[in-house]
Amino acid sequence: MKSLQEVENEIVENFSLYDEWLDKYEYLIDLGKNLEPYPEENKTEDRLIKGCQSRVWLDARMEDGKLYFSADSDAIITKGIISLLISVYSGRTPQEIAGSDFSFISRIGLKENLSPTRANGLVSMIETIKKTALDNLE
Amino acid sequence: MNVQDIRNHFPILSSRVYGKPLVYFDNAATIQRPAEVVDRWVSLTESCNANLHRAVHHIAAEATEAYEQTRDAVKDFLHAEDRSEIIFTAGTTASINLVAFSFGEAFVHAGDEIIVSEAEHHSNIVPWQMLCSRKGAILKVLPVDEDGYLQVSQLDTLITERTKILAVNHISNVLGLINPISEIVRICHAKGVPVLVDGAQGVVHQPVDVQATDCDFYAFSGHKMYAAPGTGVLYGKRKWLEKMPPYMGGGEMIETVRFTGTTYARLPQKFEAGTQNMAGTPTLKTAIEFINLLNDKELIASSEAVKAYLLEHLMQDERICLYGVPHGTEDKISLFSFTVHGVHHEDLASILDKMGIAVRSGQMCAEPLMDRYGVTGMLRASLAPYNTMEEAEYFVQCLDKAIQMLQ
Repeated sequence: MKSLQEVENEIVENFSLYDEWLDKYEYLIDLGKNLEPYPEENKTEDRLIKGCQSRVWLDARMEDGKLYFSADSDAIITKGIISLLISVYSGRTPQEIAGSDFSFISRIGLKENLSPTRANGLVSMIETIKKTALDNLE
Repeated sequence: MNVQDIRNHFPILSSRVYGKPLVYFDNAATIQRPAEVVDRWVSLTESCNANLHRAVHHIAAEATEAYEQTRDAVKDFLHAEDRSEIIFTAGTTASINLVAFSFGEAFVHAGDEIIVSEAEHHSNIVPWQMLCSRKGAILKVLPVDEDGYLQVSQLDTLITERTKILAVNHISNVLGLINPISEIVRICHAKGVPVLVDGAQGVVHQPVDVQATDCDFYAFSGHKMYAAPGTGVLYGKRKWLEKMPPYMGGGEMIETVRFTGTTYARLPQKFEAGTQNMAGTPTLKTAIEFINLLNDKELIASSEAVKAYLLEHLMQDERICLYGVPHGTEDKISLFSFTVHGVHHEDLASILDKMGIAVRSGQMCAEPLMDRYGVTGMLRASLAPYNTMEEAEYFVQCLDKAIQMLQ
């Protein structure tokens, strides 16, 4: 498995292929469309991430010392964003996630290119992932 | 006068976002300010920044004159009977809160009823709910039909002898339909119920004559009618304003202050506590002069053509569900809220943004109306007379492209 940093670098590189933000959005939409289906029964209030204009559900489970995330959203761009986060952080140990500075987000320029409500949503997603990791530290 | 003549008043309209020409279709939230309004705002700040009414010096006198001339301009604009009926506030929300508090203090008691419509902005719901919880009164709702029309015929049964006031919008910020205010006032007055009109969207689109419509209160904001933000007006009939206690205390709303008791200033100062918005409020006068300039045949014809084009397109496109469906184009202003099947409004707004188009998405401060239509939010394009047919056509193309990307 690639290291967390390698995956981050890959994503930054993928994003840099597009000059225009409209194309980067298109890439995010594709990611959103290709996100693994999320079970309807997991669309519960406690899995809902607060602070997003669109609804985002995030589920986490521990297996062999690693955290696996799955998620869904009613907005496709938001789904693309959470998909990005999952591709980096799913299947990592809580230590790895807790140690990450999430700097690839700023290297992409993602937050700056979202609407203020979406940027807040992104912060909430990151905080939820971090908190889940911290809660699962030994 | 053509659209370009008007656009020349707005330097911001020639700006670019993400390298694309800005198409500003979020006018119902904040309309852009013409250069003359900005100039007036700046020059008042630069040349006559002083407290009003009381200071005995030259620039204070000038500032006072600018402020009070604005009151006359607003009185004429609304066709009010008397200048003391014009209260300057910080905006529509402040105006409605003033009435909900002061009218409520004077006239609303436990068990009384207040009616609002289902299509109100939160600013015309929450102040009344707060009043109801203070007084133990009951809030009742006048519904809209599927097309968004107020079900005015239901007023007969909704109004009871406990009804103290009805609060309704002139034009809904979501539906864009022009409500029959005169008719509503007539029905309410026949039963002795005063009417407050939320004119936030109405004042910039429709000539307002408060004496002809006979409404008791009319509230609006400056930032939606080309004036400075943080400005606004409450028109109130003298007979009500005189019986209502002040809303806020302090500043110039007093006559004499003793620790044994205070007496209040006369209208309108009674309701203008604190330091006034000396630079902002006078821009209402400049804005009114600008609105009068827009009353031009050629310009109106071009705005109507743009409206008809967008209305036709949005109603024909089967992917789109429009809210506020007019029975005739004259019933609706150039404001279009809609949803797209299978597409989240926020996604759509984000894509359009990157194409240079500014629209509103979300609940638009009207959650009860979102619930009425069973949606979590909508997309809204709201136009101003400075928007062109080219912009509307570009919007339609981009909307189509965005939907294809997202569906």
